[in-house]
Amino acid sequence: MAQFTLPANSKIEMGRTFPAPEGASRTRKFRIYRWDPDTDDNPRIDTFEIDLDRTGPMVLDAIIHIKNEVDPTLTFRRSCREGICGSCSMNVNGRNTLACISAIEDYKGDVNIYPLPHMEVHKDLVPDMTHFYAQHASVEPWIKTQSPTPPDRERLQSKEEREKLDGLYECILCACCSTACPSYWWNPEKYLGPATLLNAYRWIADSRDEATGERLDALNDPFKLYRCHTIMNCADSCPKGLNPAKAIGEVKKLLVERRG
Amino acid sequence: MAGRAKPLSPHLQIYRLPLNAILSITHRITGVILALGAVVVVAMLVAAASGSQAFGAMYALGANWLGQIVLFGFTLALYYHMSAGVRHLFWDAGYGYELETARRSSQAIIAVAVVLTLATWAVAYSVSGG
Repeated sequence: MAQFTLPANSKIEMGRTFPAPEGASRTRKFRIYRWDPDTDDNPRIDTFEIDLDRTGPMVLDAIIHIKNEVDPTLTFRRSCREGICGSCSMNVNGRNTLACISAIEDYKGDVNIYPLPHMEVHKDLVPDMTHFYAQHASVEPWIKTQSPTPPDRERLQSKEEREKLDGLYECILCACCSTACPSYWWNPEKYLGPATLLNAYRWIADSRDEATGERLDALNDPFKLYRCHTIMNCADSCPKGLNPAKAIGEVKKLLVERRG
Repeated sequence: MAGRAKPLSPHLQIYRLPLNAILSITHRITGVILALGAVVVVAMLVAAASGSQAFGAMYALGANWLGQIVLFGFTLALYYHMSAGVRHLFWDAGYGYELETARRSSQAIIAVAVVLTLATWAVAYSVSGG
């Protein structure tokens, strides 16, 4: 049975407030989830009042600014700052996104920042991704073939066959979709979640892959696949504009068609 | 560095559910309401089959403002669940997954459920004479 409330050790408390520096004219409050594994305290929300004239335009710029200038203990993942590495995925004002491609000016009022939802937290905005990656690995996201590799060329694909992978191969595994999905919240151990299922379909849809039947067999499970109820938070939150709900629908359709 | 048990990040508490997600949970809730309501429908049929006294008692239950509100809600749940169910058929056939399409079909589901409910009650009242 799904637990809709947070366990006792996860209840969020009021944290500290860091006022804006003297002379700041254009300020904005960033309310950020904090949790320190080295204390016995519960998670808390710290409020940082930031001078927008001293930071870059993106939410990630503001977070980096806070770490550099206000509180160096603030912990988060980031790398490419251009929406391709998928490190800085987090929940900003109630929706999962990449902080690096979310403009501060697109948010009205205070900016509330939490780690990806319903995940175990290592520290502050850093969730434990172990299980998510293990699920991705479980669908064997690589090409599997029976036939021998052609000796003189690559395994060729027509333009039309290649186009079937558009909207699938672009996934950067940031986990915005999976951690936006209520079905995944309630059954994270058994339901594979949108990101993993989209990647499973990416190989099913690949004309060069020769393990389609085996892949469909592996997904044909009441929990792994069929916990998807087309809530569509996945497509709504995907920072790359992909549509995992549609990919999952395609898998369901293939399973029906296969029965003939 | 064992530390203490890691906290669970907030989910329902902080997520701003899009329209489609709200329709999805409403579909689930109306499904439960319909299952319970089916028992009431059976009770009505049994009462009707048991003679005028039993039917009269059942009729009295529904013939006051509270009973009417409950029946109105049941009608709304029925039409809502039906319209949302039809959209599931389209989804299962592979249509209507684009975000913009889903947003419009969400609005259509709400509109259809409200219109059919009002129409049903308008017909019911005009037939029964209020």
